[in-house]
Amino acid sequence: MLNILVLLAKRLLVVLPVVWAVVTLVFLLIHIVPGDPVRNSLGENATEQQVAELKHKLGLDLPLTGQYVNYWRGVLQGDLGVSLVNPSDKVFEKILSRYPATIELAIAGLIVAISIAIPLGVSAGRNQGKLRDNIASVVALLGISTPGFVLGPLMILLFAIKLDWLPVSGRYGFEYLILPAVTLGAPLAAILTRMVRSSVIEELNEDYVRTARAKGLSERHVIYKHVLKNGLIPVVTVIGLQFGVLLAGAIITEMIFSWPGLGRLTIDSINSRDYPMVQGCILMIALTYIIANLITDFAYRLLDPRIKVE
Amino acid sequence: MNRLGKIGTVIIALFFFVAIFAPLLAPHSPTEQKQFAADAPLEDRLKPSASHPFGVDDLGRDVLSRVMFGARISMQVGVTVVLISAFIGMIIGSISGFYGGWVDRFFSGFLFNVFLSFPSILLAIAMVAFLGPSIRNLILALSVIGWVGYARLMRGQVLKVREYDFVTAARALGASDFRIIFRHVLPNAIQPLIVQASLGMAGAVLSEASLSFLGLGVQPPTSSWGVMLNDARSFLRVAPHLLIFPGLAVMLTVMAFNFVGDGLREWLDPKQKRQ
Repeated sequence: MLNILVLLAKRLLVVLPVVWAVVTLVFLLIHIVPGDPVRNSLGENATEQQVAELKHKLGLDLPLTGQYVNYWRGVLQGDLGVSLVNPSDKVFEKILSRYPATIELAIAGLIVAISIAIPLGVSAGRNQGKLRDNIASVVALLGISTPGFVLGPLMILLFAIKLDWLPVSGRYGFEYLILPAVTLGAPLAAILTRMVRSSVIEELNEDYVRTARAKGLSERHVIYKHVLKNGLIPVVTVIGLQFGVLLAGAIITEMIFSWPGLGRLTIDSINSRDYPMVQGCILMIALTYIIANLITDFAYRLLDPRIKVE
Repeated sequence: MNRLGKIGTVIIALFFFVAIFAPLLAPHSPTEQKQFAADAPLEDRLKPSASHPFGVDDLGRDVLSRVMFGARISMQVGVTVVLISAFIGMIIGSISGFYGGWVDRFFSGFLFNVFLSFPSILLAIAMVAFLGPSIRNLILALSVIGWVGYARLMRGQVLKVREYDFVTAARALGASDFRIIFRHVLPNAIQPLIVQASLGMAGAVLSEASLSFLGLGVQPPTSSWGVMLNDARSFLRVAPHLLIFPGLAVMLTVMAFNFVGDGLREWLDPKQKRQ
């Protein structure tokens, strides 16, 4: 138990400066806007007084250090300000309300990716060099090279428009999740398939596999009970690393399918020049990514007994 | 180089050729709009035809010409981003690896991690969102996220070469730090650098398309593949070719740069295990 706590402390020591830098960078974002962010947001017809009032409300008339302190105070208290467009909307609350939709999409994408990658990768690994393997390689290549904003509309065209099997956009039920999840998960599925395949090939050459077979265990038992368990360790690491890519990909997927998540909120806020909201979104997504990496790091060390929990 | 790499090279050559000579090759202007006869149904008006082999978009602009000029944008953005990020990355990487100590700890221990802690597209979106969407800001944003890869590479190379005897000898003879980096580290670093540049190009083209798709990159009336793909969404039912042609262009280009990068990597390192 103590080991784990020590590890946590060590990791936090590395992560906390990064978190500090991320918060600082996000804070600075509103100050790189050419011109006046408040005036940009209010529009050309705003009077001097309106601009001044809003600036005061946002605390933008304080010196930079004052604003910085306020920002940190807000972050630590869960107060990320209010929307410029809808001042009754609190940024943090709004982001939290959209968060579940994005997490749902990300997890669904992950499930899709794993469901495709494991069978496909195992099949390719066991039949190395043969037709099955080559087909899997080609499919994986297409999966990696087809960007979400090409695959998504293509799938809408095929499944929603031509075949009318699935809905086009929105989030009103389970069937609405399918196309977005596949669009989001496809590139990850491709990467994971290649990894699973490599792992399977490597593990199949190990001595313990020969022993298991000599013992008379069925091939299925050998593969799923032994080979996969060991082979999945690097895969778990990759999933963790790719989670950030999933989050980023979610932005595009949410736009394509009008999925009411954090990604779409980010883009909509950018278009309406709702700067505090954009800052909040960026911060939340970045922090989620950092935490996900932290968790993966832990999971990886716990899963692989060969790695000492230092 | 392996077969995929050769195919990729051909596609890339085609890409650069079209991008550079687009003004001469394009059959129409990419921004010239055409009025349609009001009676014909939209589907028929937009379809590919002899004078418009890739069809026409809802404003009457020739898709083939737009795709060609889109290649031009992708090339401009891609090459610029790769050059800038390689330049910055190499300088920072060299300094970090060469001087070690707290300089190295600051750069590779802290700064690299900060930039790697953002999903890269997110940082690009953030910068463009606040600076304002334009090609210039897009290039700036993509360069800011791209330099880390080159920095790590360069740092690794410097660390490796630093220990070689001939470097110690050179120093004993009074060679300046700059000269050592330039004359000894750089030639060794060139090969992995080119691989990185090829993959970086793939990434830059993809990022430009993604950001333009979100409305955060190239602005109309300039045509970029990302913009075309976004516009195509409203016309999926009647004119799927508006999606397919720019889509294929992006896919082929990104794939080609990836093939070349992987092919070069394999070619230059015979010891590496084949995937």
